[in-house]
Amino acid sequence: MQYALLIYSRPGATEALSPDERAAVHDEYMALRKEPGMTGGASLHPVETATTVRVQDEQLLVTDGPFADTKEVFAGFYLLEADDLDAATEIAARIPAARLGGAVEIRPVVPGPS
Amino acid sequence: MLACLIGYFGDFDLAEEATAEAFAIAAQRWPSDGPPDNPGAWLVTTARRRAIDRLRRDRVLAAKLRLLAAEPSREKGEDDVAPTPIPDERLELIFLCCHPALALEAQVALTLRAVAGLSTEEIARAFLVPADTMKRRLTRAKAKIKLAGIPFAVPAAPRLQERLAAVLAVVYLIFNQGYGDHQDRSGLAAEAIRLGRVLAVLLPAEPEVLGLLALMLLHDARRAARFTGEDLVLLADQDRSRWDRRQLAEGRALLDRALLDRVLPDRALPGPYALQAAIASLQTESELDWPQIAVLYGQLADLTGSAVVRLNRAVAVAEAEGPAAALAIVDSLDLPDYQYWHSTRAELLRRLGRADEARAAYGEALARARTAPERRFLQRRIAES
Repeated sequence: MQYALLIYSRPGATEALSPDERAAVHDEYMALRKEPGMTGGASLHPVETATTVRVQDEQLLVTDGPFADTKEVFAGFYLLEADDLDAATEIAARIPAARLGGAVEIRPVVPGPS
Repeated sequence: MLACLIGYFGDFDLAEEATAEAFAIAAQRWPSDGPPDNPGAWLVTTARRRAIDRLRRDRVLAAKLRLLAAEPSREKGEDDVAPTPIPDERLELIFLCCHPALALEAQVALTLRAVAGLSTEEIARAFLVPADTMKRRLTRAKAKIKLAGIPFAVPAAPRLQERLAAVLAVVYLIFNQGYGDHQDRSGLAAEAIRLGRVLAVLLPAEPEVLGLLALMLLHDARRAARFTGEDLVLLADQDRSRWDRRQLAEGRALLDRALLDRVLPDRALPGPYALQAAIASLQTESELDWPQIAVLYGQLADLTGSAVVRLNRAVAVAEAEGPAAALAIVDSLDLPDYQYWHSTRAELLRRLGRADEARAAYGEALARARTAPERRFLQRRIAES
């Protein structure tokens, strides 16, 4: 099954780390990309760079900032091929954001036409 | 049997439908042809074949068929089933139903439906929700199992203890739902004990599994004496001749196993269920060993960090050392919204002869009491003090 591991991080969590710790966290994220079953993913720039778009009555509404005003912000995702939810959970538990005040949401991906 | 098929196909609905069909075929054939040599194996095989037929018809699930390539050909007659042993997959089913990725209420409902075999209507009645609500809850849970890929498996060793704790919590919740009701028409306490027995057979080396079963048996043994009509009878006032001696003995024997079977060194300390069972066991002795009960409550409080457990310890301390020592503990706890904090305080104040304060505290408890029997009990106490 394919899963999206949606990473929500607490702003400032990585900044609070020492340069060495930050480098270690970065390495962890890069190492996870090489994990068996990892098929894709992306890391996003900070939420201050976000732009939100809506269309109401054919009128384009563009606003500064993220869609959801939450404490944790969407920071990136992995796409993972795993046997089941438990296997996906073990990988998700290794994503640094999960232990640094953030969380990882696991969502099964709708299979594409094959 | 359902467990076996869900394990095989990883699909709750498919397994349920196929099981129902197999039973229907059996009901048709067995009376005229006589039952097969191994009815269980016959039913599983027939249900499995029905399910495979369904899968074959369903192109979307074609991929799953590849997994079934090893299945013996259907050309053989349906009745010449080799009496192969049926794998016991109840444990996998229990861990599936009690998976933490499901909401707790869904875990409870699924366990009662799939493991205990209660109907959706029975479960709805037991939890006082409309049948439609319960049906939706079960449907949603089954859909999530399928779409999110919740595994039909016993968790691997590093996660086993935390996942087992979730399973035991579901079973104990079912027990308490039944035990708290003076009639327990749905028989939930009995269902929980049955589930506990299944777990004790499947995981005989887990002290907490034995501890939970012991705890439920020891509590349930006092069932007949716990109420007069709808009114709760305090432990000290219960008619001991109405306790179920056989069940008490069984509970104690299980407790001994839970406390003594310390196979692994990190199990040296009893877990919360074994501790509660030990307390329940001591409470059924003819001479109550209050100092020992207080010690056990102390251990349980350290383990759980629960203020409610500390409150229970205070009750034991009141008997072991007197009401003044107990009141000091009670007053150190921050439980202003908890009915039993107020009623315990009231009881201690009454015994210390501080009648006005006792009446006020009973009043605070009364304002928070939720059941009619409890309200009647507290009103009586206020009138007496």
